Amino acid sequence: MNRLSWFNTVSLTLGFAFLYIPMVILIIFSFNESKLVTVWGGFSAKWYGELLQNESFLQAAWVTLKVAVLSSTLATVLGTMAAYVLVRGGRFLGRTLFSGMIYAPLVMPEVITGLSLLLLFIGIGLDRGVMTIVLAHTTFAMCYVSVVVSSRLITFDRSLEEAALDLGCSQAEAFRLVTLPIIAPAVISGWLLAFTLSLDDLVIASFTAGPSATTLPIKIFSAVRLGVSPEINALSTIMIGIVTVGVVTASLVTKRQMVRQRRDEQNAERS
Amino acid sequence: MTIPVFEPWNDPEAKPLIQFQNVTKRFGEFTAIDDLTLGIYEREFFALLGPSGCGKTTMMRMLAGFETPTDGKIYLSGQDIAPVPPNKRLVNMMFQSYALFPHLSIWDNIAFGLKRENKPKHDIEERVQEMLRLTRLEKFARRKPHQISGGQRQRVALARSLAKAPKLLLLDEPLGALDKKLRQDTQFELMDIQEKTGTTFVIVTHDQEEAMTVASRVAVMDNGKLVQVATPDRIYENPNSVYVADFIGDVNIIEGTAKPTGPDQYDITWKEGAEPLNVKSQNSFSDGQTCHLAIRPEKVTISADKPADADNAVQGRVLDIAYLGNISTYHVELPTGAVIKAQTANTRRIARRAFTWEDPVWLSWTATAGVLLAE
Repeated sequence: MNRLSWFNTVSLTLGFAFLYIPMVILIIFSFNESKLVTVWGGFSAKWYGELLQNESFLQAAWVTLKVAVLSSTLATVLGTMAAYVLVRGGRFLGRTLFSGMIYAPLVMPEVITGLSLLLLFIGIGLDRGVMTIVLAHTTFAMCYVSVVVSSRLITFDRSLEEAALDLGCSQAEAFRLVTLPIIAPAVISGWLLAFTLSLDDLVIASFTAGPSATTLPIKIFSAVRLGVSPEINALSTIMIGIVTVGVVTASLVTKRQMVRQRRDEQNAERS
Repeated sequence: MTIPVFEPWNDPEAKPLIQFQNVTKRFGEFTAIDDLTLGIYEREFFALLGPSGCGKTTMMRMLAGFETPTDGKIYLSGQDIAPVPPNKRLVNMMFQSYALFPHLSIWDNIAFGLKRENKPKHDIEERVQEMLRLTRLEKFARRKPHQISGGQRQRVALARSLAKAPKLLLLDEPLGALDKKLRQDTQFELMDIQEKTGTTFVIVTHDQEEAMTVASRVAVMDNGKLVQVATPDRIYENPNSVYVADFIGDVNIIEGTAKPTGPDQYDITWKEGAEPLNVKSQNSFSDGQTCHLAIRPEKVTISADKPADADNAVQGRVLDIAYLGNISTYHVELPTGAVIKAQTANTRRIARRAFTWEDPVWLSWTATAGVLLAE
C-alpha cells in the first residue's frame, strides 16, 4: 500500500467530511432519547418503534414504493426503446432533433416539468393521485434511462445483431434473444437510477400528487416545516441504510463478475 | 480412372449458384461496387481479394442481405434475392469479429440458428453434436465464448454458421485475428471442411497467400471493379495487368517499348544503350507500344558467369540480400540503375553461399519466363 502524502490526506479528509458530516449527524440524532432534536438526551431506538406506529408515514412509504417501481419500470421500457431507435435507427429524418429532445428534460428545471405536467393533467381532466405521479416520474426518468442505455448500445458490436438475423431471427427476436441479454446490466442500472430518482423526487411529485396520494419526500418536507422531529431522523436513517446496502451490493456484484471474467479469459489464453 | 477436374466456370452448360448482374452499389457519392458481373458456382471456394476499401466486404454483405444493390440484380439459384430478408436467405455468414453471443454457451451458440427453425429437439442435438465433432470442439460445449482461446472461437463461429447447412457460406476475413502459424493450419482445416460439407464458400480476404491457398478461384478487386477472376495459378502466372501482378506475390516490372520480331515474339527496348529483351507473349503488341514485362523473382536465375544459351542475360552487382531461411532474395543493381530481384532456394548451408554483397553477377531468364502486359 502506498502512503498518502499529507496533501492528499488533507484533501481526502476535507472532501469526505464535506460529503458525510451532515448525514452522520442525522444518523446520530436519530438515536437521540430526547424529543428535542438538537439536544442529546442519551441513546435510544424508540423513534424507530414510533415510526412503525405512524400510519401516515407508512402510507406515504407504500405510495412512494409503488410509484417508484411502476414509474421506473415504465421509464426503463420507454427509455430503452428510445435509445435503441436513436442509436440503431440510422439517419432517419429528424434524428438529431429527436436525440436532442430526449435529453432536454435532463436540463429542464424540475419546477417547469412539474408545472407543465400539472397543467396537462388538469387539461385532460385526470384526477391527481398515484397514477399521475407515476406518469410524471416516467416522463423525467426515461431520459436518464435512455442516456445510460444508449451509451451501452454505442459500444455494442453490431455484428452480433447481424449474426442473429443471419441465423434466422426476425428483428424483434434478435433484440429479445441477443441484444437485450447483453445490454441487460445497462438496462438494470437504468432501472435503478430511475427508481432512486423517483424515490427522492420532491418537486415534480408535489405538483402532480393529489390529496389521496402523498409520497414520502412530500411527507417529510411538510413535517419538517412544522419542526424537525426525531422520527424523521429515524426515517431518513432507514432510507440511507437501504440506499447504502443497494449501492454496495450492486458494486460488489459487478466487481465479482469482472474478476471472474478476467480470470476465465486468462485461463482460456493459457490453455 | 481419371478424376474429373473441378472447373465449372469453363463449362458453358453449368449454371452459376450466384449470379451478380451489372450490380452497382453506391453509398451517397461513393461508389463501392461499380457495374459488376460475376458468376460463382456450386461447391466452389471463391476468394474475393483486394486492398481495404475495394468493395469486397460490400459484395459479401449484399449476399448476406445487409446491403441492397443500388442497381442490378443478384441471383441465388436463379432467384432474385433482393426482396428476401437476411433471416430468410439460405446463406450464412461467418463474421470477422466472430460475433459469438457472449451470454450463451458454445453449445447454445451453435444451436442458435437451428432453434429458430423450430426443429425437433432431438434433431438439433444431433446436428450440434455433428458440428462439434467436425470442428473438434466436443470438450468445450459447455463453456462460454470468453472461456476459450481465439482459435477455438474461430471454430465455434464456423460451426455456428455451418449448422444450418446453408447453400452458401460467407467468410469475412475469417482468419484475420489468428497468428500466422495457427492461420496456416486453419486454412487447411477450412478447405477440408469445405470439401466434407460440399458447401459453396465465398471468402473475403486481403491476404493474398490465404486466398491462393484455399480458393478454387480468386477474384482480384480494385475500386469496386473486378480486375481479374481466375484460378490461383493463372492469377500468379498470367496476371492480366500490372496491378494484379504487383498485388499477388513479388514481381519485377520492367517498362519498355515492344517491337514484334516474329509470331508472338517481341524485342523490348527498355533502357537506352541496353540490349533489348527477348520475350514471347500471347498478348499482342504493336510496334513501339509501351509495355510492361512482369517477371517473378524465382524465375530469374543468378550466376557468376554469363550463361551461354540464355534468352536474356544482364549483368549487375548484388545490392542487398534478404535471407528468409528457405529462400534468399538478391537485389541486383544493373549499370542502368534499375534493381532486379532474383530468388534462389537455399539448398546449401548459408556459409557456402555463392554470392555476397557487391559481387558482380549475371541474371538470366527465358523468353517465356515473364508476362508482357499493356498496363
